Amino acid sequence: MAQATHRRGLGFYLLAGFFALFVIFLYGPMLVIFILSFQGPTGGLTFPLRGVSTHWFGDLWTSTRYGDLGGAFRRSMILGAMSLLITAVVCLFAGLAFRKRFIGAGPLFYLAITSLVVPGILLGLGISQLFQLLGFRLNWWLSGLGAHLSWTLPFGLLIMFAVLNRFDSSWEEAARDAGATPSQTLRYVTVPILFPGLIAVALFGFTLSYDEMPRSLLTVGGKNTLPIEISNMTTNVTTPALYAIGTVTSVISFAVIAAAFACIALIQKRRARAKRGA
Amino acid sequence: MSRSSGRSSPLTPYLQVAPLALIMLAMVGIPLITVLLLSFWQSDGISIYPEFTWANYQQVLTSPVTLTLFLNTLKYAGLTLIATLLIGFTCSYFLVFHVRNLKWQIGLFLLCTIPFWTSNVIRMVSWIPFLGREGVFNQALISAGVIDQPLDILLYSDFAVVLTYIHLFTLFMIVPIFNSMAKINPNLIEAARDAGASGWQILWTVIVPLSRTGIALGAIFVVTLVMGDFFVVRVMSGGQSASVVSAMKNQIDQLFYPEAAAMAVLLIVVVLLMVSAILRIVDIRSELAK
Repeated sequence: MAQATHRRGLGFYLLAGFFALFVIFLYGPMLVIFILSFQGPTGGLTFPLRGVSTHWFGDLWTSTRYGDLGGAFRRSMILGAMSLLITAVVCLFAGLAFRKRFIGAGPLFYLAITSLVVPGILLGLGISQLFQLLGFRLNWWLSGLGAHLSWTLPFGLLIMFAVLNRFDSSWEEAARDAGATPSQTLRYVTVPILFPGLIAVALFGFTLSYDEMPRSLLTVGGKNTLPIEISNMTTNVTTPALYAIGTVTSVISFAVIAAAFACIALIQKRRARAKRGA
Repeated sequence: MSRSSGRSSPLTPYLQVAPLALIMLAMVGIPLITVLLLSFWQSDGISIYPEFTWANYQQVLTSPVTLTLFLNTLKYAGLTLIATLLIGFTCSYFLVFHVRNLKWQIGLFLLCTIPFWTSNVIRMVSWIPFLGREGVFNQALISAGVIDQPLDILLYSDFAVVLTYIHLFTLFMIVPIFNSMAKINPNLIEAARDAGASGWQILWTVIVPLSRTGIALGAIFVVTLVMGDFFVVRVMSGGQSASVVSAMKNQIDQLFYPEAAAMAVLLIVVVLLMVSAILRIVDIRSELAK
């Protein structure tokens, strides 16, 4: 354990300084637009602040200049919730399946990876043209949802692999030996043990869908999602209202992340307590 | 291997994986084939005719613009790759080898990854108040007396595009390199030190080779993300610069779907070549199986 008593040299402080700069680089700009979104009514896109107000947040609701923000927000939340549910369920079962050998496992895995690395707009083009060739209308809740799943499912699958890597399948065998049916084993053993991991998969399902833009662009049909509305605003809107919507949507993202982490921490705390009690 | 149970049917994995397979086929496999088909079809700018033609490829391959677009995109990808690799490697190195408290290590790692779950559009937009003529940078430089006139090249330039890429994509480098480094047995480093290796020698001959899987995975992520982007180029260059996909997006907006599809197929070929070149250097699959 010579390492543990090793004195922190100059290298440590240089690297720590570099890391701190990186964190500032990562969060600083976001922090600035949060501040600027409270710009006074006469303020512009940059400093100085001309008073502090919630004018631009109100402007988002009352003005008609920004298109259908309320509707777009509602659609994005519904899409996010659907992606969350489908990603968690589909990836749970797919992850369980990938523990065994089955025909087509390799090609399916590569298809999932392809979906991650292919440019989103290109996949959107493919999905929209496919729908049109088949004579289906493009709808945010069908073709749009499908485009989102093409993004959330591969990530969910990779997280599921990592989660299952640490899962000891002798728990399942014990349940089976005790006479549990496969569905009982799943319900009372596998899912409860994997639950923190499933929350992480669900977090990916929601946030990746909620913020998705390139794949949605050509697939949602006539009704836009929130990221599309916001990306339209980046070219049309030259007031701090742009920052206000950025603050609103980031606060929602951070709230969802915090809720997911809190759930995981709570479960792990309860488990630690149960273990100590046993 | 594990004991086989009489109750679990051999069909179980197929039933379990069926929903994923169906969605992936319907929303990834078949759409990509559609793009491929589309690239061989004719169009007159109003509608598309399913008749075979090489014309789309001929147009894309003979146009001098195509080469410029690809070179420009490769330039962005190269610059972003170098910067994200240097930053990502340094940050991961710090987290793995200098932060010894596990709680701190996980906490700081999460700090680097949280922006992944927020909006890329907003993270891009957040550079605008920094880089503009009256932005934070110019104000700071002027008040520090470094420059008299505000710099124009900060926003709506290649600089802004690459800076935004670095901001958005560095975490795709940190996560895999962090994972590779965390798997390095500390005894190896100890042994190298006992054998008299200097800090730089340990870094270069032990840590870098053992992190190569993470570096390769990160490089694949960053290259494909930059090559697939159209939005950052369009907004942050102020429309002055174009990449392959932003040009493709223009063609789509003008309803030239088959030309766009041909461009897309060409892009995929180039990206696949780059990815297989990276895989040539590092055999990720056998490394991950370890």
